[in-house]
Amino acid sequence: MLFTPTVVKNLLKKPATRKYPFEVREPFEKYRGELIIDIEKCIFCGMCARKCPCQCITVDKTAGTWACDPHECITCGYCVDACPTKCLTFKDVHRKPMLEKTTWVEQGTPPKPKKKAAAKKADAPAKEAKAEKAEEKPAKKAAPKKKAEKK
Amino acid sequence: MATTVIPFGPQHPVLPEPVHLTLKVEDEIVKEAIPALGYVHRGLEKLADIRDYHQMITVCERVCGICSMIHGTVYSQSIEELMDIEITDRAKILRVIWSELHRMHSHLLWLGLFADAFGFEALFMQFWKVRERIMDINEATAGSRVIVSVNVIGGVRADLSPDQCRWILSELDVAEKEIQEMQATIMEDYTVKHRTCEVGVLTYDQAYELGAAGPTLRGSGVASDMRMLGYGGYADLDFEPIIETSGDCWARSTVRFRETLQSIDLVRQAISKLPEGDIAVKVKGNPPEGEVYQRVEQPRGECVYYIRGNGTKHLDRLRIRTPTFANIPPLLAMMPECELADVPVIILSIDPCISCTER
Repeated sequence: MLFTPTVVKNLLKKPATRKYPFEVREPFEKYRGELIIDIEKCIFCGMCARKCPCQCITVDKTAGTWACDPHECITCGYCVDACPTKCLTFKDVHRKPMLEKTTWVEQGTPPKPKKKAAAKKADAPAKEAKAEKAEEKPAKKAAPKKKAEKK
Repeated sequence: MATTVIPFGPQHPVLPEPVHLTLKVEDEIVKEAIPALGYVHRGLEKLADIRDYHQMITVCERVCGICSMIHGTVYSQSIEELMDIEITDRAKILRVIWSELHRMHSHLLWLGLFADAFGFEALFMQFWKVRERIMDINEATAGSRVIVSVNVIGGVRADLSPDQCRWILSELDVAEKEIQEMQATIMEDYTVKHRTCEVGVLTYDQAYELGAAGPTLRGSGVASDMRMLGYGGYADLDFEPIIETSGDCWARSTVRFRETLQSIDLVRQAISKLPEGDIAVKVKGNPPEGEVYQRVEQPRGECVYYIRGNGTKHLDRLRIRTPTFANIPPLLAMMPECELADVPVIILSIDPCISCTER
């Protein structure tokens, strides 16, 4: 009987729940939803891969790829804290469900070879840089495609 | 009278996690209960061999899905003691705030499940409605509802702004009011008392001798709470353990209910005493050779961590003793001479966290 007032109150109030798929709550600003990378800023140092407790990130410095298995990621945010260029961030909404397991690969510009090689061929880097830029463009286009596949 | 053997669990509507009890029953009266554990063993302690000591925080947080923050805290405290790191006062108090928020949502979850165990579904929903506020506070301040991941060796990763503190306090005011509305129901209602009073009685001596922990121990009148040790930021806060003396299911639920309200008070105290300063100190090197033993109070009771370092980034040994492990012998002592229909209520009254126990 002591619970009756609460029951009556609940009857007169509107529901405490939301009609979820149609009505979605505003996400909290700090929410660690899904890891995202700004690959242009990435220097492929591999700090994120070393700090990751579930080892879901693979960084290949020579090829300039940054790969992440989104199914392994526990969204702890250690990589975000460790990243020296702050290219890793979190979206405030979580990842949509997928039908197939995929590995998310981002292709960036690998860091240029060190000074010795650059000094020997003074004019070569300019051509290389052009070549890299040309490579970069299809890579940029490829990246969103992969993201779209994921969705 | 002939003895009948009834298997209870590992899959049972009342059990959130798998544990098996073989009940020896005469008529409707339980004479003996024999437990069987090991359905969710994950070998988390062994992971210390392949994960470095920073990464082990995330592993320790996953020992328990409900008191994850406190597992992270006790692990960080152990490593900090081993490496002789003094963390800032602000970090200590921030850890208290999230720990108490975790205790609150764990107790509210349990109070709901307990109400459900004796068939009071409306009360169950009501408690979980309040719990959602606490989960929102966790999500807004730490970035995740349950596994908050705020601990690092040397401090915490997230900070609270004055605005957030004010928002937490206002949310807690509402939550407190909503919880107090349920006080009469859970403590005085005829139906509730009928199902919980003098059911599964554990006397003071039994509780002490069998090594019960947490609310199970305090429900039997033993004033033992690890927060009295003053670890972390608790030394600065006014705190007194909550005890009940009747030792039955009602006492254990009342202890948890009052502790929920006490946690709100502790968060308020902590926020009012939140000092200025850094939230983390830099940590260099690996844990030296040596061993450390740490005890903290989790929602379910005393949790013990034993850590041995060997000078490398991997630990030699990580041993976790969780409160439910300590509460299983008392549970078996509560069973004899109870009715079969009371078994779900008695099992839930120790707040079993089986994944914790088996790690």
